[in-house]
Amino acid sequence: MAGSEADAARALARDRRARVLQALGLTAPLLVFLAFTFLIPIGALLMRAVENPEVARALPATVAVLDSWDTVSAPPDGAYRAFADDLLAMAEPADAGGLARRLNSELPGARSLVMGAFRQRESFATLDAPAAKAAFLALDERWQQPELWRVIARNGSRWTPDYLLASVDRRRDATGDVVAVPEEQAVFVRILLRTLGIGATVTLVCLVLAYPLAWWLSTLPVRKANRLLILVLVPFWTSVLVRVAAWIVLLQSEGLVNRALAGLGWIDRPLELLFNRTGVIIAMVHILLPFMILPLYSVMKGIPRDYQRAAVSLGSHPLGAFVRVFVPQTLPGVTAGVLLVFILAIGYYVTPALLGGPADQMLSSSVAQYANVELNWGMACALGAVLLTATLVLYGVYRRFATGEGLTA
Amino acid sequence: MTVTPERIGLFAVRALCVGVLAFLLLPILVIVPLSFSASSFLVYPVTDWSLHWYRELFASAEWRRAAANSFLVAPAATVIATVLGTLAAVGLSRVSFAGKGLLLAVLISPMIVPIVVVGVGAYLFFAKLGLADSYAGLVLVHAALGTPFVLTTVSATLEGFDRNLARASASLGAGPVRTFFRVTLPVVAPGVVAGALFAFATSFDEVVVTLFVAGPEQTTLPRQMFTGIRENITPVIAAVATLLTVFTTALMFVLEVLRSRRSLPG
Repeated sequence: MAGSEADAARALARDRRARVLQALGLTAPLLVFLAFTFLIPIGALLMRAVENPEVARALPATVAVLDSWDTVSAPPDGAYRAFADDLLAMAEPADAGGLARRLNSELPGARSLVMGAFRQRESFATLDAPAAKAAFLALDERWQQPELWRVIARNGSRWTPDYLLASVDRRRDATGDVVAVPEEQAVFVRILLRTLGIGATVTLVCLVLAYPLAWWLSTLPVRKANRLLILVLVPFWTSVLVRVAAWIVLLQSEGLVNRALAGLGWIDRPLELLFNRTGVIIAMVHILLPFMILPLYSVMKGIPRDYQRAAVSLGSHPLGAFVRVFVPQTLPGVTAGVLLVFILAIGYYVTPALLGGPADQMLSSSVAQYANVELNWGMACALGAVLLTATLVLYGVYRRFATGEGLTA
Repeated sequence: MTVTPERIGLFAVRALCVGVLAFLLLPILVIVPLSFSASSFLVYPVTDWSLHWYRELFASAEWRRAAANSFLVAPAATVIATVLGTLAAVGLSRVSFAGKGLLLAVLISPMIVPIVVVGVGAYLFFAKLGLADSYAGLVLVHAALGTPFVLTTVSATLEGFDRNLARASASLGAGPVRTFFRVTLPVVAPGVVAGALFAFATSFDEVVVTLFVAGPEQTTLPRQMFTGIRENITPVIAAVATLLTVFTTALMFVLEVLRSRRSLPG
């Protein structure tokens, strides 16, 4: 008897293993695909946030010489010689261009210094170290400033925390301590707070508008509720760009909203509703509202009304019964909806880009600005890493709260 | 009927609800009549009606190319997302193992990760592979963004799938592949179609990744709209918006029909 039980247990375990293997086998194609198209690209972004290849790649000899420099006294003559060698070793002007841009981002004016020396590099070919120094100084006096060489020495390593520090308004000072950047340069914490602030405002407005609607829908017969839900789903399916275009038409100074308000006599001249915070928030609420309504409705639909009725029959005021009996049961839906809308909102790019002004741009816009306009990929990726971190922390919380539905368990 | 505070409260809630529904729906309808206006300004009232902007739209080589690109990239991305998502959903249904939660969190994360992060990352990685400014790169990332929708909708349908059907098929001598195509797939088909529609809509409306990984050759409808709205919004945009709205609403009704036929969860 005991033997056959052990056999059965073994067979069960074998069956379980086979099913897990089958599950992994069927999931593997998707996982490999996502690794290639999604996970590795995100890894590339995170790598680029701490990578600092320009100086290390363009100036290997100079960096080696500066290694033994005390960073305070005059730069050694050998550094000028090494810099000339590094310039002579460059294959094409683009290499010097990348270096010049990198140095210029830390020391304004460095671009013209580097490009000027690059154009004259042939003349440095045969000079010894003191002569090389003299030749550089003859080109431009600024070659003797220690700050320039300090910037080169500081960026000589292939990896750097500087972009990540900069993305939270910190930097390393001359001695390597982490300090706050000067007040007038501190922009990113403000943009991060603005991003979270816009996200919170949009989430709150969505909750206030969605809660009564979801409640009302949940009290209706299913057929009627489904028919009204279509009105929620049409905008959900409509292109975000269509909706942005619609809001531009509605909110412009001679648009329907301003005309209606003027017609009612509430305003004398058109309100500024576009290219400012108002327009951004209205359009974002419009786009994200369905993401709040649907989880709230699906939770409320499953709540039996008996407890509320019991509370009323026991003498509670209907409003009191609603607040103390019904609302607590909807909290899982509220948490899911709030987190989902907030997570989606802080990643928004299109709506602020098209409907906001410069003071309404969110973290995503800074990422795009550094990537597309400044071509500063280190900064773009560091800001992207900050945005990703905030999102993933919230996503972790969301997965803890969202239970019981399909795959979320 | 007596007027009680509760009645007034209920009336207020209902008025608010009607207001919220109007807020959701009316802005989309507002743009439609303007596309048929003869005026070159997007303002009411419309005095003269005309199909001028539609003629201009269909004559534009830029918009035609954008539409062709969208109808090339979105179906290709949809096919990839649907096949991979469905396989994974079938594999992961009703089996539990250590790390499944984490695996699911990773598989669903394309829905959650900020789209700009995806765009920059894809650009950096694909540039190294020579896939930047290519149709292939665009299709691959759009497919990745669509997979979570397929995975979740098919999984939800499989929750209601009677596994005994697959067992019966196996005991009658059908292999796993045959069982999948002849038994499992027909049962979960509505979920697969719904997931495919979501994946299609995701790609069809995607603009940010397209801004990063697509070259001028691969401009899609949303990207063309993005440029158009940013530079100078004209009634041509209203015409495109109208056509897109009709198209996506039709897709949605297909989904609703599927949902009402089989008990497709939300």
